Amino acid sequence: MEICKDYAVQMRGITKQFGTFTALNHVDIDIKKGTIHAVLGENGAGKSTLMNVLYGLYQAEEGEVYLYGEKVNIKNPNVAISHGIGMVHQHFMLVDNFTVLQNIILGKEVTNPFGVIREKEARKKIEEIVQKYGLEVDPDAYVQDISVGMQQRIEILKALYRGAEILILDEPTAVLTPQEIQDLIKIMHNLTESGKTIIIITHKLKEIKASAKSCTIIRKGEYVDTVDVSEVSEEDLATKMVGHAVKLVVDKEEAKPKDIIFEIDNLTVKDERGLPAVKNLSLKVRKGEIFGIAGIDGNGQKELVEAITCLTKSETGTIKINGEEIQNTSPANVIKHKVATIHEDRQKRGLVLDFTVKENMIIEKNNEAPFAKKGILNWKSIKAYTEQMIKDYDIRPEDCAEKQARGLSGGNQQKIIIAREISGDPDLLIAVQPTRGLDVGAIEYVHKALVRERDSGKAVLLISLELDEVMNVADTIGVIYDGSITKTFKQGEVNENTIGYLMAGGTDDRENH
Amino acid sequence: MIEKITNLLKKQIVAILLAILCGFIVAAIILSVAGYNPMEAFSALFRGIYSKPKYIANTIIKSTPIILTGLSVAFAFKTGLFNMGAEGQYIMGTIASVTVGVLFDFPPVIQIPLILLAGMVAGALYGAIVGLLKAYFGIHEVITSIMLNWIALYFNNFVVNLKALHKDNTTGTYPINDSGFIVFFDQMKRTKEGQASLKESPFWGEIILRTDFNAGIIFAIIAVILVMLLLKYTSKGYQLKAVGLNMDAAEFAGIPVKKNILQSMLIAGAISGLAGALVITGMSPHKLSILPAFENYGWNGVSVALIAGNSPLGCLFAGLLFGGFLYGGQTVQSEVGAPSEIINIMLGTIVFFVALSKVVVILSEKLEKRGKKHGK
Amino acid sequence: MANNILLLIGISLMYSTPLVFGALGGMLSEKSGVVNIGIEGMMTIGALTGACVGYYTANPWIGFLCAGLAGGAIALLHAIASITFQANQTVSGIAINLIGAGLATFLCRLFFDGATMSQPVPNKLPKIFGAGNEGIKQYLNLDITTVIAFVLVLFLYVFFYKTKWGLRIRAVGEHPAAADTLGINVYLIRYACVVCGGVLAGFGGASVTLAIIAQFTPTAISGQGFIALAAVIFGKWTPHGVYGSCLLFGLAQAIAIMLGGSDLIPAEIISMIPYVLTLIILMLFVGKSVAPKANGVAYEKGKR
Repeated sequence: MEICKDYAVQMRGITKQFGTFTALNHVDIDIKKGTIHAVLGENGAGKSTLMNVLYGLYQAEEGEVYLYGEKVNIKNPNVAISHGIGMVHQHFMLVDNFTVLQNIILGKEVTNPFGVIREKEARKKIEEIVQKYGLEVDPDAYVQDISVGMQQRIEILKALYRGAEILILDEPTAVLTPQEIQDLIKIMHNLTESGKTIIIITHKLKEIKASAKSCTIIRKGEYVDTVDVSEVSEEDLATKMVGHAVKLVVDKEEAKPKDIIFEIDNLTVKDERGLPAVKNLSLKVRKGEIFGIAGIDGNGQKELVEAITCLTKSETGTIKINGEEIQNTSPANVIKHKVATIHEDRQKRGLVLDFTVKENMIIEKNNEAPFAKKGILNWKSIKAYTEQMIKDYDIRPEDCAEKQARGLSGGNQQKIIIAREISGDPDLLIAVQPTRGLDVGAIEYVHKALVRERDSGKAVLLISLELDEVMNVADTIGVIYDGSITKTFKQGEVNENTIGYLMAGGTDDRENH
Repeated sequence: MIEKITNLLKKQIVAILLAILCGFIVAAIILSVAGYNPMEAFSALFRGIYSKPKYIANTIIKSTPIILTGLSVAFAFKTGLFNMGAEGQYIMGTIASVTVGVLFDFPPVIQIPLILLAGMVAGALYGAIVGLLKAYFGIHEVITSIMLNWIALYFNNFVVNLKALHKDNTTGTYPINDSGFIVFFDQMKRTKEGQASLKESPFWGEIILRTDFNAGIIFAIIAVILVMLLLKYTSKGYQLKAVGLNMDAAEFAGIPVKKNILQSMLIAGAISGLAGALVITGMSPHKLSILPAFENYGWNGVSVALIAGNSPLGCLFAGLLFGGFLYGGQTVQSEVGAPSEIINIMLGTIVFFVALSKVVVILSEKLEKRGKKHGK
Repeated sequence: MANNILLLIGISLMYSTPLVFGALGGMLSEKSGVVNIGIEGMMTIGALTGACVGYYTANPWIGFLCAGLAGGAIALLHAIASITFQANQTVSGIAINLIGAGLATFLCRLFFDGATMSQPVPNKLPKIFGAGNEGIKQYLNLDITTVIAFVLVLFLYVFFYKTKWGLRIRAVGEHPAAADTLGINVYLIRYACVVCGGVLAGFGGASVTLAIIAQFTPTAISGQGFIALAAVIFGKWTPHGVYGSCLLFGLAQAIAIMLGGSDLIPAEIISMIPYVLTLIILMLFVGKSVAPKANGVAYEKGKR
């Protein structure tokens, strides 16, 4: 395609290397002015890297960037901003203990000649933008106190405040409710109507279909294709993204639930600030079923997991496994009662990244036979066991037993944890966001592992922010809102919209239709 | 070829050797600017370390306590704690050793272990304070351990002036009873016949008669080996390391974090306390004195651990190097006239460049990349 | 009695002054996200430079300024190590302390014929009520440095909470990646803060050797740098909080000195008071203290 001023952004032959790893290899992209353009790819495909090059956060080794037909050299974000490019990062770039206003003006403050900030003027300017595009925010609230949806609006405001004409949104919907996503799409359309260009980076096919006009697909750092969204199906997009045909649903037989093995009754847990985060929550999980908890981030999921694993105190209520109460004991006691947990933060809670794979395999059993006798470690048996696990769970590279866990890919790190947790033969497996940050292949693997555990008669408690995941994998779905399970369904009883409505705090009148 | 160089550069030992080289270069520059001949100074330094048997012996004697305080710091570091309190734990070790050594007079087989144990227990308890404050109050160990160092210093001065220990008309306590000495051939040295028979071997005679050559280094080597075994081959060592590398993961896996922090500081403190006990039992004057400022046995341990890359075995060599420099540094002043503090600057510079050792890795990666480009 | 109280206040302010400089220097550095254990070393170099230049020029103000420059120069080493080379900031700080102490005594020996103490400076920094020892001057004649320190606290308060530079520094210390994406030069800000922090620490050192005592001794700076760091924590990284904690430590020192005249408690035990007090205060308050989130974490562009 020729370089032309009708195109807001054109990138040619972009190549970016990190050390010896080639993240982008001669990638081209053309984005028409005043449209919503999606960049699609798996985790690690290079889509964020490409946009970071456009925003000046990375310098490409090769390639050119054109804005409205003019060649530009974007050396750093300042240059990008001065060219009218704004970026909303996946992990919001907000300072928690700053106010909304401070976050918006940071780096482009209105001041008197002595550098003292003129707050009134800044406030006026922000309010103008707020009204123009319908972005509702409270400028004096502290970021740590506001909802994720509002945080995202602040990010968009930050860009507009700097006069952005081209807006890059990195995975904008990852943390939003279905309703918030609808609002966001509305805002995006508002923006394009007034001539702004929007680029969304995503791996969610549904949203591309719902919002974007065209879509560029990137796979393993290589350009694959650019398509007109209205002309392709979700399956086509998925195939192009992954490189081979994929199944979007999880294969499994109907659950055969048996006795209740895990029971939470009337649980209340406080969060870090001392406010109740889990409120009178009750749930029951049976052997041979996957109980999925669907909900928006910040509705008590984190505190629920911490209470079950005894990392935090339960104020009231009981948590029982096999009839024995385990609340307010110790993590070691929970493990002893055959509760295994795949934590959402595998790098923080799941693994000791500087330990070798071998060492990570025995973290819960470091003082148990056959790995240790009388306090002395038996490295031979640890190694043999690890090699068996590597084989059984297909952890790669095959010779990683002696390598640091840090050097493995996210998917393989997760496999170490899954291998370790499942091999302990738990009665209850808790999986929290088990597929976060994994690519499609690894996601499929994790889901299969959960179903396999279920089929062998174990209970599985799945807690995920990805509604699709809960809908697809769980046999029983509980919706968590404001610290309580508000409603429970069997898989297939309800559709996504109903659950989304409940997740956002809707009452259950509406879903009866 | 380039690959070989880059692989070499990535090794920690190479980075440390480079840091030592940089220390010498910086010291040479400072000496030249100050008007001294660096070559003369360095040759005086090395002559002061090994040109006579007694110099070698004294280097080993000087090194013994800092090998141990270094080991203490390195061990704590392996378990995720920055033990800047080795100095205070060392002082507490010396105080307990002197107290026990003066007040009791058992036969050596009881007296020596008793004194060493007293030193270790005192150091361990003092270290445990740091662990407690860290584990249960969440106060960073660097600040608390430094404060405790000062408290230990003044406590030492307080103890020196206690009636039961203070020797009149001196600034110190009574020396410990000689049943607690670990100096080699101590009894023989005191008799004429013994001295005569020791002189028959000129080498050993000089070492034994003219220095406090003692069994301390043996204890230091044993401690190094025990720490290595603990960290590598035991569940306890595994747990301590897990807590040190990722407290959150360890907690989640059921390893009691607070208990391990406390145990780690107990062990680290015991090692520093042992250093104090060995100085009291092994070196003249075998007593406590008023301390106007730190003697730096513990602070130097921090440097030793850093130069050793926190490897227990490395502490043995880094401790000998450090002890040698400190001892040999006196020769620099006496022979060349340059202030002996040049050694402190040099050691500080080495630590600084050890902190920078990541540069070597970054540099070697760049080299590697360039090598690949040329390969194309 | 009233005179004793005035005396107590006077001594408290005198001993808190070096702490205020050191602590504000440490705070400036840590606000931008660089842990600075090396304050002690920077103060030591400042103390020596102040005494040295003050002695040779007979002008304490030139000595004071040079002390700041020397502190800043040493801080630059820490900045290079911890910002550009992403070294372990605690290790680098320890190295700075070693180099600072060694270099100060080394230079002192060079300039003063091998002595580890300098000659007394001919002119000390002025006191607010002028020279002499009559009337109120006997009890409460503050050093000019005490006033400078107080003005500095006011200035830094406005600077941090009202100006764009303060906003940017705080952002860099809390969330450097966010600042970076908004085009703020994280490295530049950190460099500036660490070096200026060193300048302040240098002033702190000189405020000992040009105002409190009139010469450099190897024990002129003995732990003040570390107490200053404790004051930063206790003061919750705010200028006014830091000032308050420094006053408290100064008060502890003053009580120690005034009790030292009596035979009630052994002098050695009294000397422990400031350090014990630090520990107790940290024990009671540290849980509620909030460090800048990125404090001690090297920022690597493109890694988040």
